Amino acid sequence: MLLNNRQRREARIPNDSMADIAFLLLCFFLVTTSLDLDKGLQLGLPPKGEAKPIPKKNIASILINAAGEVAIDENETPILSIKDIIKRRLAENSKLIVSIKTARQTPYQVYVKVIDQVKMAEATKISIAEPEQ
Amino acid sequence: MPDIVFMLLLFFMVTTVFRQYSGLPVDLPRARRIEKLEAKKNVTNIYANLQGDISIDDKLVKTKDIATIMYQKRLDNPKLIVSLKFDRSVKMGTVTDIHEQLREADALRVNYCAKFGE
Repeated sequence: MLLNNRQRREARIPNDSMADIAFLLLCFFLVTTSLDLDKGLQLGLPPKGEAKPIPKKNIASILINAAGEVAIDENETPILSIKDIIKRRLAENSKLIVSIKTARQTPYQVYVKVIDQVKMAEATKISIAEPEQ
Repeated sequence: MPDIVFMLLLFFMVTTVFRQYSGLPVDLPRARRIEKLEAKKNVTNIYANLQGDISIDDKLVKTKDIATIMYQKRLDNPKLIVSLKFDRSVKMGTVTDIHEQLREADALRVNYCAKFGE
């Protein structure tokens, strides 16, 4: 009969490319392991005992309170608009120093976000003020 | 050959997962403008979690001892970079105390370790 004459094809998984796939995965993990370095926001702390008087017009003071609310020169500001404000002020005055002051109860995440915004505004002079007790 | 490759593969798969958890388990803050730390041999990690534990080089330390430890490290390697791995919910009080200690030790190059994200 015609039905019986039909040849049955054998199903196989190709074995030969196994090593290639393993190599590819190996390369992937090799690369990702070395890329898994520390990333973060880099900053220089002020040396001890240094307090230079800076003309007030060159300072943009950012204040963060215990609730995580931010004010630039006493005007309350949403965190996400810090970038634009600092950028504009930098364009007006290239000597601008950004001073960041926090309260002791301020959450660290807010502080990092503010520094992130200031860095995004390409400000290079960032100063960390000691919090009020 | 494929066996050796598989073994290496397994090794790297396992180590990639494990290496994230040395020090204290912290939930790093999120930031966008983050840079890679170049020289790993110059980096010292300081961990701080919500419970107020502080760890340097996988050893628990007290806040007031940080200056002494870091000063020694600073003498051994003047190019020292301090990577601060703080939990995103720690209070700035803790952070400021550590800053003070670092300034005391003249270890001024710091890196606020963060993850990419909002």
